[in-house]
Amino acid sequence: MRTIHYIAALAFAGFASSAMAQPAKTECIAGAKPGGGFDLTCRLAGNALHAAKLIKDPMSVTYMEGGVGAIAYNHIVGTRPGDAGVVVAASSGSALLIAQGKFGKHDENAVRWLGALGTDYGVLAVAADSPIKDLKDLIAAFGKDPGAFPVGGGGAVGSQDWMKMAMIAKEAKVDPKKMRYAALEGGGAVTNALQGGHVKIASGDASEMIALHQDKKLRILAVMSEKRLPGRFQDIPTTFEQGYSIDWPIWRGLYVGPKVSDADYNWWVDTLRKLSKTPEFQKEREARGLFAFDLLGSDYDKRVKADVVRFKALAKEAGL
Amino acid sequence: MSFDFLWQGFGVALMPQNLLIALIGCFLGTVIGCLPAIGPINGIALLLPIAYTAGLPPESTLILLASIYYGAEYGGRISSILLNVPGDAGAVMTAIDGYPMARNGEAVKALAISGISSFYGGMIAVVAMTFLAVPLSLLAIKFGPAEYFVLMVFAFATLGSMVGAEPVKTLIGCVLGLMLTTIGIDATSGAYRFTFDQPELHDGIEFIILVIGLFSISEVLLMLEHKMKGTLKPLAVTGSYPSWSEIRYIWWPSFRATVIGFIIGVLPGTGASVASAVSYTTEKRISDRESTFGKGDIRGLAAPEAANNAAATGAFVPMLALGVPGSGTTAVMLGALMLYNIQPGPQLFVEQSKLVGGLIASMYVGNIILLVMNLPLVQLFARMLLMPNWILIPAITALSILGVYTAYSSVMSVMIMFGIGIVGYILRKLGFDMAPIILGFVLGKVMEVNLRNALAISGGEYSILFASPLSITLWVMAAMVVILPWWRRRKRAAPPGLPG
Repeated sequence: MRTIHYIAALAFAGFASSAMAQPAKTECIAGAKPGGGFDLTCRLAGNALHAAKLIKDPMSVTYMEGGVGAIAYNHIVGTRPGDAGVVVAASSGSALLIAQGKFGKHDENAVRWLGALGTDYGVLAVAADSPIKDLKDLIAAFGKDPGAFPVGGGGAVGSQDWMKMAMIAKEAKVDPKKMRYAALEGGGAVTNALQGGHVKIASGDASEMIALHQDKKLRILAVMSEKRLPGRFQDIPTTFEQGYSIDWPIWRGLYVGPKVSDADYNWWVDTLRKLSKTPEFQKEREARGLFAFDLLGSDYDKRVKADVVRFKALAKEAGL
Repeated sequence: MSFDFLWQGFGVALMPQNLLIALIGCFLGTVIGCLPAIGPINGIALLLPIAYTAGLPPESTLILLASIYYGAEYGGRISSILLNVPGDAGAVMTAIDGYPMARNGEAVKALAISGISSFYGGMIAVVAMTFLAVPLSLLAIKFGPAEYFVLMVFAFATLGSMVGAEPVKTLIGCVLGLMLTTIGIDATSGAYRFTFDQPELHDGIEFIILVIGLFSISEVLLMLEHKMKGTLKPLAVTGSYPSWSEIRYIWWPSFRATVIGFIIGVLPGTGASVASAVSYTTEKRISDRESTFGKGDIRGLAAPEAANNAAATGAFVPMLALGVPGSGTTAVMLGALMLYNIQPGPQLFVEQSKLVGGLIASMYVGNIILLVMNLPLVQLFARMLLMPNWILIPAITALSILGVYTAYSSVMSVMIMFGIGIVGYILRKLGFDMAPIILGFVLGKVMEVNLRNALAISGGEYSILFASPLSITLWVMAAMVVILPWWRRRKRAAPPGLPG
C-alpha cells in the first residue's frame, strides 16, 4: 500500500506540479472605483476562474482607487511585491500612463506581466446624418479644415481616445496639437455630445458605440483593428481595409508583484492558459463586450513593453 | 412622454433589499431629524461611506440617502413640538403653533396633524416631480460643454440668494470649495495639480472625506464646546388623535403650503427652511382671522410641515434633471453619484433611468412608510430626545473614523478628515456656512472642465458661451437670480405706503 501511495503521490506531483503553487487565497486589485474597466477585468477573471473550478474559493476584488491604477501599481511594487495570491488588473491605458511617466518612479519592468484576458478596439464615429461616409472622407475633410471638426473623447489630452484621433490627424497632415479636442467624462458623454452636435467626431471604444451604430444614432467609420471583427461588427470596415495601417486594441490583462517566484508566476500563466480554453471564460468574456486576445506569459510581457515603446514614440511625435 | 422609467423604478424600489433600505433610511431619518444636535446633512455624511463600502448598488445608496433626507423633514417636527427646539432647519416654524398645542396637553394631536400634513406635502410633491422631471430631461441632449458651463454659472448665482447667509462669506466658502477641487489630475490635460508627488492626492481630496470632515467632525467639536446647558425636558405625549373634521380642516392649508413648498424646493439655492417660513406667513395672512395663529392653530402647524416636505422633494428636481443641487444635502447626494462614476446632469435621466426611476418610486413608498412609522411609533421617537450627548458625540466620532477608514483603508485619509474637520469648525465659529464649500467642490470641476472643453471646441472663441438659445436663457436666469433679491431689498427699504 505504501508504494501505491508513493507512486500515486509521484504521479500526482508530476501531473499537477503547477497545482502545488496554487495560492491559498486569491485576490484581484482593481485600481479604480467599482464599475470601471479594472473592475470588469477582475470580475471576468474571478468569475471565470471559479466557474471553471480552476480556483477553489471565489476570488475577492479589492478596489484601490487612485491615479487610474497608479496607486495599485505603487502598492504592489512597494508593499506586496512577493504576494503570489494577488493579481492586479491592467489595460493598454496603463501602458500609456507608464510611457508618459505617470505611474510614479516605477517603469514597465517593475512588475511581472501575466497575460491578457481580452480586448476591445478603438473606433471613430460621426453623427448619423453626417455627409462623411468613410475614413477617406474624414481624412480629406479634416485635413482641409480641422477647425470645423471638434473631436470628443473620453479622456484627457494624451489619453487613448486622444491618441486614436491624433494618428488620424497625422494621416491628414494635421498637427495633433491643432485638434479641437474636448475631454469629456467617459464614453456616454462622448456619444451624447456627438448626437447633440457639440462635437463632430467621436473617438471611443467599439463596445460602447456599437448599439448606437445599430440604432442609426451615429455612424462608426472604422474599427481600428487589423482584422474584421465578428458578430455585430461584421459589416463595419477596419482601418486596414480602408488603407490605413493604424490599429488600436484596448487590451485588458493582469500582472503580479515583482518578487513573485517563477513557480507561482508559471502557475498563474498556466491557469490563465487553461482558462482561456474553457467555455465558461469565453461566455464571460463575450458578455463583457471583449474579443479574444490570447497573449500569455512572456508573449504578453513583450507586448506590454513594445506598447510602452510605441506610446513613448507617439507621445513624442505628438509633441506632448 | 413616457412613464416607463416609473414602472421600472417601482420594480427597483419594491425589491426586498431596497424596501428594507428605505425602511432603515426612513427610521434613521426620523431619528436624525428629531435630534436637535444633528440634521439630515450630518446623517447623510455619516452613512454615505458605510453604504459605499458595503458595496450597495448606486440606486440603493441613493434610496438610503434620500429617505434619510425626507425622513428628517418628518422627524424635525417632534422636537419642535415637544421641546420648542427645532429638530432641523425646516422645522423652525412648526414650533410656533405646535409647542403651544403640546403645552395645552394636545401633543398627540399636534404630532398626528403634523405627521399627516407631512405625508400630504411629500406625496403631492412626488407626483408633481414625476410629471415635471420627464419634460425637463428632454432638454438633455441640447446640453453641450458651453451650455453646461452656463448652467453651472446659474447654479453658483443662486448661491448668492441663499437666505440667511452673508453674501461675502458665501462667496469665500464657494471659492474655498473651488480651490479644493483643483487638487489632483486635471481632466483636460492630464497634468497633476497640487499633488506634491503623493499618489494619494492624484485623484484629489476624496468627497467622502471632505463631507465627513466638514459636517461630522466640526459638528462634534461644536457639540463638545456647547455641551448641554441643563437638560431640556420634553413635554409629555398626551391627548387624543385628531378627528376627521380636523383632518379635513387642514386640507386646503396643506395644499397651498405644498404648492409653495414645492416651487421653493425646485428653485436652486433655497430649501425646506425658506419654504416653511414662506408658507407659514402666507397661511397666516390668508386664514388667521381670529388671531389664533401662534396659540396652537392646527392650520399654522400643518402648513409649514406640508411645505418643508414638499420642498425637500422638490429639491430633487433640479438635482436629477439638471445636475444642479438645490441645497447642501442634495449636493452631498450628487457627490455620492459621482463616487459611482455616475455623472450628474441632464443626461442622468436618459442614461440612468433605472436609478432615477428607482429613486422616485422609492419616494412614494418612503412617504407611506414614514406616515405609518410616525403615527403609532411617535412615542419611541420622543424618547430619542432624551439621548444625552455623552452617547451621541462618541458615536458620531467613531462612525466618522470607521466610515473613512473602511472606504479608503488609509490612515492618511483619517488625518485629512480631522484636518478638514478642524478647519470646518473654525469656519463655522466665524459664521461660515458649509453648504457653499460643498457646492463649490461638487460643481467646480464640472464648471472648469466644461469651460475648457467649450473653448477647445470653439478654438478659443468665447462667443461659443452665448451661441445657443439655451445658454442665453441660462445667462438671463443667472442674472435674474442675482438681481432680483437685491431689487426686492431696495424696494423693501423704500418708504412705507408702496406695495411690497
